[in-house]
Amino acid sequence: MLKLEHIQKTFNPGTLNEKHALDAIDLEVHDGDFITIVGSNGAGKSTLFNAIGGNFLCDEGRIILDDQNITFTPEYKRSKYIGRLFQDPMKGTAPHMTIQENLALAYLRAGKARTFSRITKKDKEKFQDIVAQLGIGLENRMDAPVGTLSGGQRQSLTLLMATIVPPKLLLLDEHTAALDPSAADNIMSLTNRIVKENGITCLMVTHNMKMALETGNRMLMMHQGKIIYDVCGKEKARLSVEDLMHRFHDSLNDDRIVLTED
Amino acid sequence: MGYILQTALQLGCVYSFVALALFLSYRVLDIADLTTDGAFVLGMAVSVSWCSNGHPWLGLLFAMLAGGCAGFVTATLQTRLGVPSILAGIVTNTGLYTVNLMAMGWSSNISLLKSATVFTLFQQTGIAGKYNSIVLCGIFTIVAMGIMKWFLSTRLGLSIRATGDNADMVSASSINPCFTITVGLIVANMLTALSGGLAGQLQKSADINAGTGIVTIGLATLIIGEALVHGKKSIGRNIVACLVGNVVYRCIYAFVLSSHMIPVEGLKLMTAFVVALAIAMPHMKDTYHMKQRERREKKC
Repeated sequence: MLKLEHIQKTFNPGTLNEKHALDAIDLEVHDGDFITIVGSNGAGKSTLFNAIGGNFLCDEGRIILDDQNITFTPEYKRSKYIGRLFQDPMKGTAPHMTIQENLALAYLRAGKARTFSRITKKDKEKFQDIVAQLGIGLENRMDAPVGTLSGGQRQSLTLLMATIVPPKLLLLDEHTAALDPSAADNIMSLTNRIVKENGITCLMVTHNMKMALETGNRMLMMHQGKIIYDVCGKEKARLSVEDLMHRFHDSLNDDRIVLTED
Repeated sequence: MGYILQTALQLGCVYSFVALALFLSYRVLDIADLTTDGAFVLGMAVSVSWCSNGHPWLGLLFAMLAGGCAGFVTATLQTRLGVPSILAGIVTNTGLYTVNLMAMGWSSNISLLKSATVFTLFQQTGIAGKYNSIVLCGIFTIVAMGIMKWFLSTRLGLSIRATGDNADMVSASSINPCFTITVGLIVANMLTALSGGLAGQLQKSADINAGTGIVTIGLATLIIGEALVHGKKSIGRNIVACLVGNVVYRCIYAFVLSSHMIPVEGLKLMTAFVVALAIAMPHMKDTYHMKQRERREKKC
């Protein structure tokens, strides 16, 4: 479904700060995969997502999504098929617009709304039903500016907005890292549910090793712009945090990695 | 007094289009669009030239089209060619000086002596008696405000609002931010040009320097309006504020002029001062409170 062929990206080429952020990455993602990605700071995880999402063009290589070459497709066109969530809950929503208006914008990805159409009563009811699924009472605050919501609420809303029109591919870049533990748990179970219900193919970056092992069917480890470990299925299920730390002590030597059981 | 109020209302309506335009570009899109000064004169030049050839209504239409083109140039410079937004406006503005002269037949001012304007045409219908020009200005303004309110609640309008609010989110919703900025600036400059077009027909003349400082005055009226019109923060409130701010500003302007407190030549300086003060106010308040706290802590 998604194929990366020899993706290469160098930042600040030819200077002292030259960095090979992505070093000849080859990756094939299959339909329905839920892949977790771990690695220390600067390993290239977010850069990989930016390359897939289209924030920049790669120096070399090709990106193919469902047999379509999207290497040179601009970001806003890719977002029709690729949903994204970031660590910062402020990134995915417009703070001065209401919940309803934000959802209406997200719904534009369906490509059905006409340019000069307004939010109808039917739309309002539909959005209210969708928001009610979150079970956090937002359905009664549809006219509240999103800026008045908490980080957890905003991230829930962003998740909803990214999947209101199910994307082919969902990229989650540490989307629970900035939230308190209970909000993070909520978002994670919501993520699992939405991904399962809609059969979305999903890539998730996390610093929580336990989460990386428990979630999904495949795990990648990145180090210095390369994928150094790729494990899936039963083999992944057998792995423990200790095994990983033992084998990859050097590349995971980073105080952001969360090792604890909680 | 009645006459002063009447003039203030009339000019307030005419210039409220500039405030609406700046509301769209400065507040909604978060872009300081300096095309405004030039686009105002462009609208005036086009409208008055067509008027002198006997087509006042076409004049207004073409004034808006010309303003839209100016907005398109500024938008293209900043979205497709990487020119920083403020510079893009200044560049277009500079170029417009020549275009405006051209539109006025290479003369720096033209006046309409006997040609019909939309105001004289409306007067002839006999509707609204001696208040005809105010009524006509009012109709224009209310229609424009209504269209603006409707426009900003359509899908396209929502996309434009989101572009100023959170550009990341816009491209994630498969909307092209370059497109929304372009549409926003075109609409804003159409409004500015319409303002110039109406002002030109109202005063029956066009002058190449009529636009100097329009952007500052527009901001001043926007800020005055926002300070005066209270209520739930909504698009509707902001749009009404554009009109209220303009009428109040014109009243102050007329009062200052008639009282001879400040010479006519000093008005631009006063306006600049008021705008700078109004925009700096929140920042100065914060600094003041910080200093106060510091002083209190030192005392303890």
